[in-house]
Amino acid sequence: MTTFNTGLAAKQQRLIQRARILAEIRAFFVEQQFLEVETPQRIPCNAPELYIDPIPSADHSLQTSPELCMKRLLAAGYPRIFQLCHCWRSSERGEKHLPEFTMLEWYRSHSDYNELMLDCEGLIRHLAPTEEIIYQGQRIDVTGGFEHLTLEQAFSRYAPIALQQSIEDDCFEEHYSEHIEPQLGITKPTIIYDFPTSMAALARIKDDDPHHAERFELYIAGVEIANAFSELSDADEQRQRFSAEEQQRRDLGKPATALPGPFLAELAAMPPSAGIALGIDRLIMLLTDANTIDQVVAFCPEDL
Amino acid sequence: MYSCSDLKKGLKIMIDGEPHVIVGFDFTKPGKGQALYKCKLRNMINGSLFVRTYRSGENFPPAPLEERDMQYLYQDDTGYVFMDTKTYDQISLSEDTLADDKYFLVDNMEVKILMFDELGIGITLPIFVNLRVTKSEPWVKGDTAAGNNKPATVETGFTLQVPSFVDEGVLIQIDTRTGDYVTRVKE
Repeated sequence: MTTFNTGLAAKQQRLIQRARILAEIRAFFVEQQFLEVETPQRIPCNAPELYIDPIPSADHSLQTSPELCMKRLLAAGYPRIFQLCHCWRSSERGEKHLPEFTMLEWYRSHSDYNELMLDCEGLIRHLAPTEEIIYQGQRIDVTGGFEHLTLEQAFSRYAPIALQQSIEDDCFEEHYSEHIEPQLGITKPTIIYDFPTSMAALARIKDDDPHHAERFELYIAGVEIANAFSELSDADEQRQRFSAEEQQRRDLGKPATALPGPFLAELAAMPPSAGIALGIDRLIMLLTDANTIDQVVAFCPEDL
Repeated sequence: MYSCSDLKKGLKIMIDGEPHVIVGFDFTKPGKGQALYKCKLRNMINGSLFVRTYRSGENFPPAPLEERDMQYLYQDDTGYVFMDTKTYDQISLSEDTLADDKYFLVDNMEVKILMFDELGIGITLPIFVNLRVTKSEPWVKGDTAAGNNKPATVETGFTLQVPSFVDEGVLIQIDTRTGDYVTRVKE
């Protein structure tokens, strides 16, 4: 008996838009003299991160992000690179999460996170159909500069508790999710920047402030779209942070991962650089006014 | 035991000693930190709705629910009385629990009752029920706003739209899932 997949057929208009958006993203970066690269998606180990679990693939893992290979390219003298690829994160499934999703990462050498903030403005303006993005009835103006708030300012403006207190009380995520995220990127996109060093395992610590690292997140319509760093290029410090992260993973009973040797060996050759990871499926949700991630991909895990 | 990664819409779990069904679910990871599992829950005993957020590491016992075959007997002061067709035990369901399903009960109807221990908390009716029309105005010719339908009331007090040719005293079939008219029953 023939089954006609009406749900899949109904996605056609959005999948056409998706293909156009991907082509526009490539055009934007090529125009800015970025080199499109491809790196292996199945790798011996990922950067150890406490709250990201890779999916094993025989004696390797599927990448949770292409960052390690991208930084090895920076260290080998590739100045501006971008990649559109699939990434995998175990057990992440929700209205805005898929365990297999599409990531855009781009990196600039001889640069820092300030330049990436400008890239974000340029990219979003390039992709928005008009001067605003209309998402679920909200009108987000993308013509001007984005709103900039430090994480601490965002807490003092929107949360009933200070950032530091929320970390000490172990309720940072609950407050950030309930009180702050819904307020971000509502009239124009918002950049939340300067995270406590404990929340930025791969980011460079600020020169004038040892307690904060140069990391930012981009929000549009309350949805987190991208996460960026001025990259840490001190190999010894990176090794220490990886070991600390790995120890915390083991304390939580999570499987051990090896440290990425070639990456650590080549990191010292990397010039001061900045890199950013942007969730393509979520960006397409915003640009096509879809209220779940399921609507912007042909197949979800449950459909297979 | 269920863990956070098992949570999804429709899952029935025990919270504070009472069965709850997840009616809305989302997964978030604010600030690349700990995963949060946001659940909209309905208490299956009293129907109350509320939102709770959990972190990984929490566990949830499955709700010990059982469906039992029962027969509808009668209505009395305690509510609507059903008898287990295997054990002959009798239980009573409140009007609130039955909601609109009370209109589709006829004597000796075979139903499934969802049990939490000895407490009946839900009912599954046969898909179709036959009920007699007790009141229906004659169709006003030319009333095009209503199409060819008109309101009718059946023996249990339930009111629905029926075709113009259905008169008082006629037996009709109703879909218990939607409350819609299906067909006239030949007697």
